[in-house]
Amino acid sequence: MNILVCISKVPDTTTKIRFLSDASGLDTNGVTWIVNPSDEWYALVRALELKEAAGAGKVTIITVGGAEDEPIIRKALAVGADEAVRIDAPAYDAAFVAKQIAAWVKENPVDFILTGKETIDYNGSVMGGMLAAHLDVPYIALVEKLEKSGNTTQMHRDIGGGTEEVEVEGVFVASATKGLAEQRIPNMRGIMAARTKPIHVKTPADAQPGVKFKNYSLPPEKGACKMIDPDNMDELVRLLNQEAKVL
Amino acid sequence: MATIVFVDSFKGHIKKSAFESLTYAKKAQPGQELIALVAGDVPQNELEALGQYGASKVWHANGPAYKDFDSEIQGKTLAKAAEKANANLVVLPFDHTGKSIAPIVAVALGAGLVSGATSLPDTSNGFAVKVNVFSGKALAEVEVLTETKVITVNPNSIPVEKDERTAQVESFDPGLNISPRVHVKAVHKNTDEIPLPEAERVVSAGRGLKGPENWGLVEDLAKTLDAATACSRPVSDIGWRPHHEHVGQTGITIRPNLYIAAGISGAIQHLAGVNGSKTIVVINTDPEAPFFKAADYGVVGDAFEVLPKLNDALRKFKEASV
Ligand SMILES: Cc1cc2nc3c(=O)[nH]c(=O)nc-3n(C[C@H](O)[C@H](O)[C@H](O)COP(=O)(O)OP(=O)(O)OC[C@H]3O[C@@H](n4cnc5c(N)ncnc54)[C@H](O)[C@@H]3O)c2cc1C
Ligand SMILES: Nc1ncnc2c1ncn2[C@@H]1O[C@H](COP(=O)(O)O)[C@@H](O)[C@H]1O
Repeated sequence: MNILVCISKVPDTTTKIRFLSDASGLDTNGVTWIVNPSDEWYALVRALELKEAAGAGKVTIITVGGAEDEPIIRKALAVGADEAVRIDAPAYDAAFVAKQIAAWVKENPVDFILTGKETIDYNGSVMGGMLAAHLDVPYIALVEKLEKSGNTTQMHRDIGGGTEEVEVEGVFVASATKGLAEQRIPNMRGIMAARTKPIHVKTPADAQPGVKFKNYSLPPEKGACKMIDPDNMDELVRLLNQEAKVL
Repeated sequence: MATIVFVDSFKGHIKKSAFESLTYAKKAQPGQELIALVAGDVPQNELEALGQYGASKVWHANGPAYKDFDSEIQGKTLAKAAEKANANLVVLPFDHTGKSIAPIVAVALGAGLVSGATSLPDTSNGFAVKVNVFSGKALAEVEVLTETKVITVNPNSIPVEKDERTAQVESFDPGLNISPRVHVKAVHKNTDEIPLPEAERVVSAGRGLKGPENWGLVEDLAKTLDAATACSRPVSDIGWRPHHEHVGQTGITIRPNLYIAAGISGAIQHLAGVNGSKTIVVINTDPEAPFFKAADYGVVGDAFEVLPKLNDALRKFKEASV
């Protein structure tokens, strides 16, 4: 079983977000980078479980990004991926990333592809669908369960307030969400092994982004929190009705 | 030029997200022809009623290919409709449906895609739309670099507007010549109540509630408010509550008008899923709980006492207002 997992680099969840003075992008000074949680915890771990269950195969991780992404690539290799591909270009937007990964897959066929449900920096949830469209394979978003039997794959996908059970034949792209697997903490052996696993660096294909992010800002400060006496819930109800107008 | 909106339905009924998307599209390009594309079996009266939300025409694609949801079929149908209408803007909801279809439409049309719009497009200098980034910790503008644009709209970002018109319904055949490759075997609803991502009001609780046996307090309040229920991550991890109630960075993101959080500390990963809520009420015994910094109204007190009191006060209010 030959599985491709798309991983992306994001600021650690607790990072204090600051922007460049011209608001054109994130001030990366002092930012700790991690593998996007749903890529690492759900997509990668489920791929590893399936390979282990099959007793054979390969899990390749792929990322579009510069040389500064290597630490997070090593992290994903330490979790257990066999090898890595880095397409050496800035990840301008999901459309650009999808075209890069599609170009690689066309040269290096895989059995199926997993992505995370969304990156926690841009929260777009779009790369996997675009990749599937370029490869002309089915796309199943927000998958919380995935089983393989031969060429058939059974999945459960989240449909907002419910679950849908679906089945596909052959190659597909699925985005992984909570429930698909449990996070694995890399052990010492994994970390040591990751040091010598191959990272193949590829030159990017010709592609254009579709959008450009600009004018970053912090949300307006919340006004001070109004404190209400716990014995006066009538007052809270009055405020919710008359001031907040949500009742 | 025209604007086209993807209208989502579930089990034969149009979903609320469609009314938001239509209102958004109407305001994004006022005066332009506005077409609502509906795929699948939906009754005629619901199709006509889409006129109330601004649709001038409803194109209805129906038949065996639309019986089950396959993002490819739905996406390519929408792309064909956009081409036929000569649309420069395609609008979908930013939910599980939009996330499944929008990327496919964008690729088919060679269009730039804005995911999770929270504002109408600003066309004073190009075409830019506001979105939340860094899990709601910041905002940015997305400039779309292509002629044709696809936008998915964040739930509860725009108040639905309605008038008395009805729309003209036509059937639409995209002439795709492909059959679904995703086969749906079964569909399960979590509850018959309002699904959490669509709920306008949400009552949520965390580890401060001590155990699953105490959730009656949360459910009672939710019932009075016609709200959905949610929880923090540890609560679903220990199995006190089902996973689909987990909100936050690793769970789902919600933007209700009212979010009431009892016994939740307000960790940054929790806030990431709820900080888009219009009004936040926090109930916590610890006056130093970080959640108060993100709240509009705070009650320092024991959830076991405050929740029933709030419930009583709300019931009294409801009785007085009928
Ligand atoms: C990468 C990562 C991702 C994460 N993702 C998420 C996520 O998606 N969602 C999420 O929720 N968490 C997430 N977490 C966990 C998060 O950091 C917190 O640990 C978690 O939100 C805490 O849950 P809690 O507030 O229910 O519990 P606690 O932190 O234990 O807080 C309980 C609160 O209840 C109060 N309390 C106690 N008794 C009472 C009472 N009788 N009445 C009223 N108040 C009372 C306490 O004062 C306290 O503030 C994530 C963590 C990491 C590292
Ligand atoms: N630069 C990248 N390189 C490789 N995969 C990526 C990259 N950016 C996003 N992805 C994958 O696409 C998923 C969805 O990303 P997004 O569309 O940005 O929310 C992520 O969870 C990753 O699996």
